[in-house]
Amino acid sequence: MREIYLRTEDLSVGYNGRPLIREIRLELGRGEIMTLIGPNGAGKSTILKSIIRQLELVGGVVSLDGRDMAKLSERDVARRMSVLMTGQIHPELMTCEDVAATGRYPYTGRLGILTREDRQIVAQCLALVHASDLADRDFSRISDGQRQRVLLARALCQEPEVLVLDEPTSFLDIRHKLELLAILKDMVRQKQLAVVMSLHELDLAQKISDYVVCIRGDAVERQGPPEEIFTADYMMELYGAARGSYNALFGSLELEAARGEPEVFVIGGGGAGIPVYRRLQRQGIPFAAGVLHENDLDFPVAQALSVRVIPEKPFQSVGEAAFQEAAAVMARCRRVVCPLADFGPMNEKNRLLRQAAEQAGKLETL
Amino acid sequence: MKKVWIRYCACFALLAALLVVLLVWNVRAGSVDFTWGEIIAALLHPTGEGIIWGIRLPRVLAAAILGGALSVSGFLLQTFFANPIAGPFVLGISSGAKLTVSLVMVFLLGRGATAGSLTLIAAAFAGSMLSMGFILLLSRRVKRMSMLVISGVMIGYICSAITDFVVTFADDSNIVNLHNWSLGSFSGTSWDNIRIISLVVFVSLAFTFLLSKPIGAYQMGEVYARNMGVNIRRFRVELILLSSVLSACVTAFAGPISFVGIAAPHLIKGLFRTARPIVMIPACFLGGAAFCLGCDLIARTAFAPTDMSISSVTAVFGAPIVIYLMVSRKGGRMKEES
Repeated sequence: MREIYLRTEDLSVGYNGRPLIREIRLELGRGEIMTLIGPNGAGKSTILKSIIRQLELVGGVVSLDGRDMAKLSERDVARRMSVLMTGQIHPELMTCEDVAATGRYPYTGRLGILTREDRQIVAQCLALVHASDLADRDFSRISDGQRQRVLLARALCQEPEVLVLDEPTSFLDIRHKLELLAILKDMVRQKQLAVVMSLHELDLAQKISDYVVCIRGDAVERQGPPEEIFTADYMMELYGAARGSYNALFGSLELEAARGEPEVFVIGGGGAGIPVYRRLQRQGIPFAAGVLHENDLDFPVAQALSVRVIPEKPFQSVGEAAFQEAAAVMARCRRVVCPLADFGPMNEKNRLLRQAAEQAGKLETL
Repeated sequence: MKKVWIRYCACFALLAALLVVLLVWNVRAGSVDFTWGEIIAALLHPTGEGIIWGIRLPRVLAAAILGGALSVSGFLLQTFFANPIAGPFVLGISSGAKLTVSLVMVFLLGRGATAGSLTLIAAAFAGSMLSMGFILLLSRRVKRMSMLVISGVMIGYICSAITDFVVTFADDSNIVNLHNWSLGSFSGTSWDNIRIISLVVFVSLAFTFLLSKPIGAYQMGEVYARNMGVNIRRFRVELILLSSVLSACVTAFAGPISFVGIAAPHLIKGLFRTARPIVMIPACFLGGAAFCLGCDLIARTAFAPTDMSISSVTAVFGAPIVIYLMVSRKGGRMKEES
């Protein structure tokens, strides 16, 4: 049974009472990750800032566990929700342990002195984000990746039910991005946290989110599970991208193909063709690729980058029709590249293509 | 963790010792020489009169308490603007207080009345709030801290110019007093003054200390402080009021004193190697007190029997620290969120 923890009803957000995005209806359950995606400036941060009460709501209600947030005291909210925002902070002379310990604020007394129990929780949270060894280091002298981990530990020290993160992976390199998201995923599973965040990286958003919200213009354009959102056509539309393409299966981006009559014919397959396609695309040389099975690793990349692909149905031997078609296209190309060395019964015809190219003196190596 | 607290205790002990030495030294030094025996004997027998009880002790206490107040006020402003070069003097807050106090003084003196301690504090507070309000308005538009400081200095100049203008038209007999005061001096403090000063400063200090938890949260930036459960709007008002009361009290009795509010907190931070408010607030008070006592000692004895203005001495020691801070912070960073 899905238990809704964070809910927005007819939420309008914006600045100075002027709505920027209207009619936001979100539902986030415990143990779920909800990701906001959309073009820069679409208002992802505005929504998050409104949820954490940094911005006043223009209209509507945000509720936590069925209770209107506007009616909760600062401390009550602090004990339920914690944040990790994009702005860099520069605390003076604080160790990482000190920074993480600030998360205990809603639980300490008048003067904020930490008890033994508080210290234990801080140590546990630092351990959870693999930052125990950073505890005594100066916060201003660690790397960006380490800083994000310590700030995540800070957020966890608050013992929240819901975690709000604004682009937690910006400024991080690949390793630290993966590390941070892996930690986040673990947290969500272990503590049944509800997470709402914004992400720039579509590939990561697709893989980590249980629920995706697309924001464009003045509205939430679409929302749903990643399978429904991450289609090639919709992604291009959401971002208003006209050049290049988006591969929905891998969540990867390809640059725009070179146009014109194909100058080079590539006989590829099994992944061997991809580096050749990329190189030709970089050099701006239009090319054709074939004969490729539709389930071949090369196929989606060839489709994105070549002028023309000669396909064959999955699990079939390359047939006569495809062979003839490929031969005709090849005849019009000045050069032929064949990164394949071995051929099998399925692509026997490709070997014949290569032979023909060799006889015509067109076969080259890149 | 324990090691840190041992360090704090050692530093506090050091500061306290320094303060005691400076207090006694200040009482002893001057145009009339006393032996140590005479001083101890005099201190043990309060009379309220004579050179030690009537002149030196009130001045020494004023320097200590007001110096401490100035330093804490500076620490609060640095927290508020998230920048180490904020202080009541550079932001023009002291000069605003100076303007209103001299207006009130001249007005009352012209009618043959003298201003009471509380009237002076109230006038100084009004002036502080005026400058503070102006700085707050500017800080919404000016992103760079160095520009804000320049604006503050300009406000200071405007206020000083008007003050000079007012002083010029004051009665001749009052000009000398007013002139001394407007340059900054601890001389001429009475025991009555001390009572009011202690009351205002120590009550404000107690409130400030009780705010040390949200101040610590605010050092992490406004976004995080809010998320930790700080009522930002109320907290900002409290911070502004307290820092203004503290610096207004100083200006009301000793005139504008430069750079203590920046130099003392900076030195204390370096000594304690922390910015934790629960430590910084009492430590800044002690440090500011010691700093001002040291500077007043120099002001009184360097060219004796002529008194220098306290501000000239604090500037000599404080201004280089401000320059160092500006250079090492590349002009200073404002908090990133707008």
